[in-house]
Amino acid sequence: MSNNVTMPQLTAKDFASDQDIRWCPGCGDYSILAQVKKVLPTLGIPREKFVFVSGIGCSSRFPYYVNTFGFHSIHGRAPAVASGVKIVRPDLSVWVITGDGDALSIGGNHLLHAIRRNLDIKIILFNNRIYGLTKGQYSPTSEFGKKTKSTPMGSVDFPLHPLSVAIGAEATFVARSLDVNTKHLEEVLVRAAGHKGTAFVEVYQNCNIFNDLAFEYVAGKDTRDDHMLALEHGKPLIFGKNRDRGIRLSGTTPEIVQLGGDVKEDDLLFHDEKANEPTLAYLLSRMHHPDFPEPMGVFRAVQRPTYEALVNQQIGAARAQQGEGTLEALFDDGETWVVN
Amino acid sequence: MSTATAPTSGARNIKTVQLDEIVIRFVGDSGDGMQLAGTQMTNTTAVFGNDVVTLPDFPAEIRAPAGSLAGVSGFQINLSSHDIRTPGDQVNCLVAMNPAGLKANLADLEPGGILLVNEDAFGKVNLQKAGYEVNPLEDGSLAGFRLFKVPLDKLTTEGNKGSALTARALGRCRNFTALGLVYWMFNRSLNETLRWIDAKFGKKPEVAQANANALKTGYYFGETCETFVENYQVPKARIAPGRYRKLTGNEAVALGLVTAAKLAGKELFYGSYPITPASDILHQLSIYKNYGVRTFQAEDEIAAMTSVIGAAFAGALAVTGTSGPGVALKAEGIGLAVCTELPMVIVNVQRGGPSTGLPTKTEQADLLQAVCGRNGECPVPVIAPCTPGDCFNMAIEAFRIALEYMTPVMLLSDGYLANGAEPWMLPSEASLPKLRVQHPTAPNSDGGFMPYLRDAKLARPWAVPGTPGLEHRIGGLEKEDVSGNVSYDPLNHEHMIKTRAAKVAGIAKSLPKVEINGSPTGGDLLVIGWGSTYGAINTAVERCRRNGMDVSSVHLRYLFPFQQDLGDVLKRFKRVLCPEMNLGQLSKLLRATYLVDVMSLPKVQGKPFMVRDIAGAIEALMKGNNGR
Ligand SMILES: Cc1ncc(C[n+]2csc(CCOP(=O)(O)OP(=O)(O)O)c2C)c(N)n1
Ligand code: SF4
Ligand SMILES: [Mg+2]
Repeated sequence: MSNNVTMPQLTAKDFASDQDIRWCPGCGDYSILAQVKKVLPTLGIPREKFVFVSGIGCSSRFPYYVNTFGFHSIHGRAPAVASGVKIVRPDLSVWVITGDGDALSIGGNHLLHAIRRNLDIKIILFNNRIYGLTKGQYSPTSEFGKKTKSTPMGSVDFPLHPLSVAIGAEATFVARSLDVNTKHLEEVLVRAAGHKGTAFVEVYQNCNIFNDLAFEYVAGKDTRDDHMLALEHGKPLIFGKNRDRGIRLSGTTPEIVQLGGDVKEDDLLFHDEKANEPTLAYLLSRMHHPDFPEPMGVFRAVQRPTYEALVNQQIGAARAQQGEGTLEALFDDGETWVVN
Repeated sequence: MSTATAPTSGARNIKTVQLDEIVIRFVGDSGDGMQLAGTQMTNTTAVFGNDVVTLPDFPAEIRAPAGSLAGVSGFQINLSSHDIRTPGDQVNCLVAMNPAGLKANLADLEPGGILLVNEDAFGKVNLQKAGYEVNPLEDGSLAGFRLFKVPLDKLTTEGNKGSALTARALGRCRNFTALGLVYWMFNRSLNETLRWIDAKFGKKPEVAQANANALKTGYYFGETCETFVENYQVPKARIAPGRYRKLTGNEAVALGLVTAAKLAGKELFYGSYPITPASDILHQLSIYKNYGVRTFQAEDEIAAMTSVIGAAFAGALAVTGTSGPGVALKAEGIGLAVCTELPMVIVNVQRGGPSTGLPTKTEQADLLQAVCGRNGECPVPVIAPCTPGDCFNMAIEAFRIALEYMTPVMLLSDGYLANGAEPWMLPSEASLPKLRVQHPTAPNSDGGFMPYLRDAKLARPWAVPGTPGLEHRIGGLEKEDVSGNVSYDPLNHEHMIKTRAAKVAGIAKSLPKVEINGSPTGGDLLVIGWGSTYGAINTAVERCRRNGMDVSSVHLRYLFPFQQDLGDVLKRFKRVLCPEMNLGQLSKLLRATYLVDVMSLPKVQGKPFMVRDIAGAIEALMKGNNGR
């Protein structure tokens, strides 16, 4: 019998920090924190290799509550901070925690560019369709016409759809989940962690103080099965409590059809998260309540070289070709002359 | 200024006049290749062994309408047989490639100065574009100068008979024809430039040949054309022995940053968004990949700044570079860097402001932005190089301060330093400062790792991700002292503000004493400056001292905090004068800090000070002084 010494298996507890959590009781952020803490020890990455970077907002307090390296940066800039970390330390597992205002309003620019570069970072967007920390103004994902503190007669801003934005920005991994659907959220987080490249995950999150029940249609026990569509790679798009409805393409637009009778499973749209072109993923990202069931799960998961790998490849190639630079070579370069 | 004369060899009897110093300016259309001609003249001159200082001056538009006044591009070179510090007040030789160039620059040519013009460019259309009603080459208006009308276009074509190139392509070589003539006139060797042409156009032999032919044609034209009866020689300067190269301020910043990384045993991360006049630092650093330099062209300056913060957190030697408008965007990020107390450098190559201002012109009007321009009590050390070569030293010094005190540091260069060039002696490695970096590997207290437990200099430990047991969180919310936990406690906040201020103020203890050029014990007048005004101020002060005036100068490279003995030095002088390319920002800081009645001498024309601007102000003051 051999005496194998194994690494101590970490648990969610090991990822809890000693800080008091300051979110409102009942906030959806608690559930997301719990799932992340559950997933981290399963990834086979030492705790000190995790870095959580956030912007500003209720959601962005997140890094204080996980016992890893953490950076609570400034409003909207987390993707850029994370880019700096990842470019110089590709060995680290870098996670960005952001809100709908943080990511899509003040930080929209950085989000687009981090995604298109395909840095190997995980971006978790807590979408509560409201500005929580500043006490309830509408956000870029709030519905048209929404009445909030800053829009007493209703918002006249047309909303953005985070996944459509991410796909437009050439995302290689796009997924959606829900704070209260803990099992699903856990699975999606594991998939995101395993993706090599920017993984963009939108999590519907309830702000029970300023936008309560915003996602009740997909969260509530009675309504959810009729209003969400669980995506499975290679499987037809079927939903409903009795799994009797599906999505079919009519020309280039999706339509809801009743299964049985004339309509067979084979007539339905089949999910393909690996499709080269993002057309299908985009189409899915445009299916909104109440007209359609909202897809949950992985919309898109394709491979493309990561930014930091390419950067570091060039560094490696330059070193291989020219040798490690020396100060002498740095100074004595180009035209020089000697004065005696 | 002419000293000896001696006939040169050659068929004709040409005398060579020895000169001590000469200022040449090339001017033409932005498409005429004036920057290239100027750069070639600079290289050739530097290699020959003169001291040389340059002043490129180009329009903001890449191609302003051809022939227009707005499109005039210029390059001024001062070459000398002694130590010089400015590109020269007055031009001795003006090379004008077109009427617009002539019109825009003639006022700077000394009376009786040499004026070489491309007469082929003085057709009706060009004259009109420059706003000349009659041709100045023919109306006698240039009688006060030594005018040489040279058919540069014709010469270029004739020198390239049989070339396969189009007339248009040949036309682009005329800057080399002009340069060849200038080389003859100032006894320069063609070798450096011929070698450069070869290296640059080696893959296009017909282009290389045309440029080489143009250069030689210009040179032989000088040698054979009867109108030229004399040429000039500026003997080598007596400069410190060593190996030299020519360096612009931007190149020197890049070299300094790479050197700092090497000295610290670190790799450099440069996050930047392109902006004139700082972009060349990005270009230069992007070629040093075999030094482990990672350049990141960010989506904007905010991302550039915050990516640098991330890289610093992760343990890199991180730096961002920009100009004033970019610093404005970085301000919130700099505040985050101050709060998280991470080491990094922010380079501001200043240009004319406010707003987009004068992108290609120089100014020093971002000093108060650097010292004060952020929300909250947000102290950032600010230092400034005073010559292009000094940009190298101060880039290293910026990192010395950043690493020793765990703080962002602002390095203030400007357009004049950035694009100006001077000979730079290659430093020996032994002469370079040591930079020490320490990352903790174990907790620093019984209670675990305390990210804000400070050392004697009040610097906090730099624990990098990946170190087991040192997991910690930092951010922009106020920190509890020692533990770094978020804290809203009023007294802790005041304590932290005072601690950050004390840390930065404490940097002064590590700085050298103020150097006084003139009378260390004090006197009638002290002229104090900072940054790129160094050459003009020192030259003016030395001239005035030679004329018997009791005037001294101090040039500050440390702007926040000031050196410890500065207040003491200021009080030794009866009066203090501060020339600045802004409306008096340093004088404001000096007055506020030391209650000294500093007089401001502002100049905000997008151009550096002339020696005579400052000497004139000194003379006027001293006359007043005598009357007291
Ligand atoms: C530069 C700047 N502007 C504005 C703010 C104020 N602010 C803080 S959080 C926030 C909105 C947060 O909304 P979201 O990103 O949706 O996060 P949530 O609180 O909903 O999780 C705003 C406007 C700030 N901190 N910094
Ligand atoms: S305001 Fe809303 S988002 Fe913020 S902590 Fe409270 S419930 Fe959560
Ligand atoms: Mg929100």
